[in-house]
Amino acid sequence: MKEEIIVSGRMNPNIDPVLHVWHWEIPTYLFLGGLAAGIMFFAGLFYIQGKENKFRSAVKFAPFLVPVALGLGLFALFLDLTHKWYFWQLYTTIKLESPMSWGAWVLMIVTPLSIIWSLTYTQELFDHWKMNYPKIYKRTKWVEKVIFKYKLIRNFISGAAQQRKTMAWVMIFMAIILGIYTGILLSAFNARPLWNTSILGPLFLVSGLSTGAAIIMWLSKDSVERKYFSRIDLMLIGIELFLIIHMFMGFMASTQVQIDTAQMFLGGEFTLTFWVFVVFMGLVLPGILEFLEFKGYHLPVFIPAFLILFGGAMLRIIMVEAGQASRYLY
Amino acid sequence: MRYAMAIDTKKCVGCSDCVVACQTEHNVPIGYCRDWVVEVTDGTYPVLELENRSERCNHCENSPCVRCCPTGASHYSEGGIVLVTKHECIGCGACIQSCPYDARYTHPEGYVDKCTFCNDRVGKGMQPACVAVCPTKCMYFGDLDNPNSEISKILALRKHKTLIPEAGTQPHVYFLI
Ligand code: SF4
Ligand code: SF4
Repeated sequence: MKEEIIVSGRMNPNIDPVLHVWHWEIPTYLFLGGLAAGIMFFAGLFYIQGKENKFRSAVKFAPFLVPVALGLGLFALFLDLTHKWYFWQLYTTIKLESPMSWGAWVLMIVTPLSIIWSLTYTQELFDHWKMNYPKIYKRTKWVEKVIFKYKLIRNFISGAAQQRKTMAWVMIFMAIILGIYTGILLSAFNARPLWNTSILGPLFLVSGLSTGAAIIMWLSKDSVERKYFSRIDLMLIGIELFLIIHMFMGFMASTQVQIDTAQMFLGGEFTLTFWVFVVFMGLVLPGILEFLEFKGYHLPVFIPAFLILFGGAMLRIIMVEAGQASRYLY
Repeated sequence: MRYAMAIDTKKCVGCSDCVVACQTEHNVPIGYCRDWVVEVTDGTYPVLELENRSERCNHCENSPCVRCCPTGASHYSEGGIVLVTKHECIGCGACIQSCPYDARYTHPEGYVDKCTFCNDRVGKGMQPACVAVCPTKCMYFGDLDNPNSEISKILALRKHKTLIPEAGTQPHVYFLI
């Protein structure tokens, strides 16, 4: 039998025998970035369509989670850095060829934007709490007082509120860039055959949008809004499945390294985790539940919403993990 | 000027002197290496072929690591040598992910480190430590743009290959076969 044995004297920590430089931090960063992109996209879109009172959770309330998600995401990225106290070097240059660089700048624009957007709805949020959740309101009243105490802030908020339309357009645009970025970050690395497919951009964007829709669905107390977002989710799940199938078709029709990569999911070590956690639990099952909902069976909304969020997180964890295990052999 | 290295796989005996020379020269932390020896055996027993390769960063002409670095810490220096500026590196790992040869590692101090083609020695007109120490004299180093350099001559004379040319990185480390 023809054999090839490769013996390497290299044993660098985290590099050999299998590359493992990125751990949980990067998938978390990608997941939260995608989630924030999803929420921002729908907030902007439905604001422009004039549906801010029809879809209140989407336009007014869910965006409060965006700065939180982005903050936590950036913190996860920070934790991933091994030379942490030099992180400011990220903001001394813009390197368009490096997704890591322009992504950091996109976040720099998106985070304040989402904060300003949320500020313009702060009054409504507190009014909403006052009416529906007096307990929460009681505890957070002081925040309201602090925010609205100063004339400068009040003026700023009312000024910003007049610019919502412009902000909404920018948000839609930036949300798409941010969503695609979470995929491009990986697909820019042609050294890792699993990541080296441009489908990751749209795939992560769609997955981000669907996690955003899931959160809105979960937050909303209004049945019309919930139904609407559950239908959006159903559609996004369809697109995601389509993209995943295409990704594998692309791999199978490509070079040996990419065929080997596809094998990791078609019988190899990631088969079970990927098809069970991502495809079945994260896409097919919530898809079925939403379809049933659509047909008039009522189910607690948090089940499909949770499953979609879970699937979105698993997709990123597995892609980052498996990508590092995929390689050129020479 | 374009620096390059050639390693004669027919002469290399896999002694790892180059590895130790590098670790000593650059104070490479214990358990890490910037260059390493790979032995590839292939064929059908008893007809086997052995190839020994002393490998390191290829100082690629089209380096994905330089492209992916968000801060510019990874950069091309004099003669196409790819270097990392310690105090600009944030340790994001993008360059490690982007190198098809896995030639980089994270230094215990946090920044990313790899072979420098001994740029300090080369600047003083010396050979890189690994080349200088090799007991079989199987390594060649020099300027590709100079047709009279040792490296240009040996590459003109001998059949050679680079590693994973299909990755499009245009390596500057050649293996004589
Ligand atoms: S071998 Fe790797 S680290 Fe060296 S220049 Fe090429 S891509 Fe960069
Ligand atoms: S780890 Fe350092 S050298 Fe590598 S890409 Fe990040 S900043 Fe650049």
